[in-house]
Amino acid sequence: MSAIDRIADRVRRYRFGRSDEESTSDARLATDGGHRTGGLDLGPEFVQALPFWLPAGLLVALFVYGAIGWNFFISLTDWSGLQASYWPLDFEMYTRFFGKVLEGGLLGGPIEYWSFRNTIVLLIVFTVLTLIVGLLLAILIDQQIRFENTFRTIYLLPMSLSFVVTAVFWQWMYNPRYGIINSALETVGLDFFAVNWIGAAQFKLLAVIIALTWQFSGYGMVVYLAGLRAIPSDQFEAARVDGAGTIKMYLRVIVPQLRAATLSAAVVLMVFALKAFDFLYVIFGSRPGPGADILSVMMYRTAFDTSQFAYGAAIATILFVLALGVIGPYLYIQYQRGDL
Amino acid sequence: MSTSNDSIVERATTVPRKRIGLYAALLAMVVLYLLPLETGLFTAFKTQSAFQTTIPVLPPIGNQITADPWFQAFDRLWPALGYSVAFVVPATALSALFGSLAAYGLTITKWRGQILIMLIFVAGIFIPYQAVLVPLTRFWTSIVNIRGLLGPEGSLVALSITHIAYGIPICTLLFRGHFKGLDQSMFEAARLDGATIRTIYRRIAFPLAIPMFAVTLIYQFTNIWNDLLFALVLVRGEYEVVTMALQSFTGSMVGQYNLLMAGAFITALPTIAVYVLFGKQFAEGVSGGGA
Repeated sequence: MSAIDRIADRVRRYRFGRSDEESTSDARLATDGGHRTGGLDLGPEFVQALPFWLPAGLLVALFVYGAIGWNFFISLTDWSGLQASYWPLDFEMYTRFFGKVLEGGLLGGPIEYWSFRNTIVLLIVFTVLTLIVGLLLAILIDQQIRFENTFRTIYLLPMSLSFVVTAVFWQWMYNPRYGIINSALETVGLDFFAVNWIGAAQFKLLAVIIALTWQFSGYGMVVYLAGLRAIPSDQFEAARVDGAGTIKMYLRVIVPQLRAATLSAAVVLMVFALKAFDFLYVIFGSRPGPGADILSVMMYRTAFDTSQFAYGAAIATILFVLALGVIGPYLYIQYQRGDL
Repeated sequence: MSTSNDSIVERATTVPRKRIGLYAALLAMVVLYLLPLETGLFTAFKTQSAFQTTIPVLPPIGNQITADPWFQAFDRLWPALGYSVAFVVPATALSALFGSLAAYGLTITKWRGQILIMLIFVAGIFIPYQAVLVPLTRFWTSIVNIRGLLGPEGSLVALSITHIAYGIPICTLLFRGHFKGLDQSMFEAARLDGATIRTIYRRIAFPLAIPMFAVTLIYQFTNIWNDLLFALVLVRGEYEVVTMALQSFTGSMVGQYNLLMAGAFITALPTIAVYVLFGKQFAEGVSGGGA
């Protein structure tokens, strides 16, 4: 506390002790001064700032970017089994993967086809569903309700749980004989829908998407709520006075203004869908079968269960490129707007 | 739906009805969100025969009640809880510290090229971890043979360092948002006063960042505690952390849902406690950095 006081004191002293022009011109000197060499300003502050970000930067460079490069290199080899072999280098693993993806027809086909397809389905359906539910929750919360904090806390609670934990809960929910979902369906006479959710191939992915939407919609709510709160309240009022019905008003006036919130939430959710692993691994193990296999699980299985490291690394690189396709444009937009 | 030519009287009667509908919708969502937890909690207190014969949403009654599943699950999980604490606490603290230092060096100080380096940091948040798993396991066996150096405990050290490295991008982004929001004139003033970059961090930036430390620590604690993937590839057998232990528990206790539910709650207890106590900070971390 005393440190802050001293700083506040010092700040006050400067604010009132010197004229404004003097301090701003000094500040400009500090900003623009120094030696400019190429893109980096190697002025004294650059050197002084190095110890702050460089250790962290080196860790990130090694573990994130170094590892990605190394992974790409491994994907060019034929490494499989216990002894790493780094020769020959070619794109065989990639042609193998995409060859198999293309082999897949409407029915059947190699697991590569299903993994790729399921990954895309999960990415799109999960993201859209989570955004819709999140927006719905945010709109409900944003009506000047009582106990707002309690509601918000409850909706966000699943986000604080491990996928291992939620997978155990949902395994029980989906249990075909004793689980609550099928019990409820049978109670209301919808026996037809009481299927083997995580056992039958055609329902597995749907079951996963529902559970993950439950877990992530709280995130959507938080992002949208911040977006809603940033819209000036007179816009809500104006739309109401104009006589727009509540739903119409939200669709026409409010939702279009949530574009930035939608974009950033969608990016995070899509990237999550690409790396979703823990939840599926706990429910299905490393072999979810054609119904629910996704690339991230396939990558783990290929590399760590069957020791085909080169092929696993190739799948990992494909995942990375997919993620890059999502985040590249997003970060570029952020960079252009100066939002970074 | 009310239309534009609603009379004042009509509006007065529809408003309370709308409010009732609103609260009904909110409560329905509460039921949906708590259902998996509620059925899990009741099931954890039921005997084996009780959870097979009763409806999961109903609480156990009479001789259906038992606390046995909790003791059995705890017996199985407690060493893993200890290992989790041992690697999560240092990983959380150090990733937050590195993040705050990096964000300071890339935000408050003045030199060109900061944005570019920041971009490199931020992109690290979105990396699918699968893209680094094979090199990561090679790194911790061939290049730094951590288990050869430190014995079997080495895998916990490797896991901790790995989480620090992959936690730095998100921590840096959170702290950068905080530093950018501060009144920059304070830093200007200190700079004019001749304070060094280091002094400004120690005396001004660090004290002002304490609320953001709370957010980052809570967010990172939850993230790191909850992770399974890195632990699966870096930790072998004897030092399995709690998410691994729960996962193998589900494999060995197939069908014993009361045990599994108790185990799930024991695993989640630290994060639930942190969430209940610091929900606001967790929400801030979630919205600031994404999942």
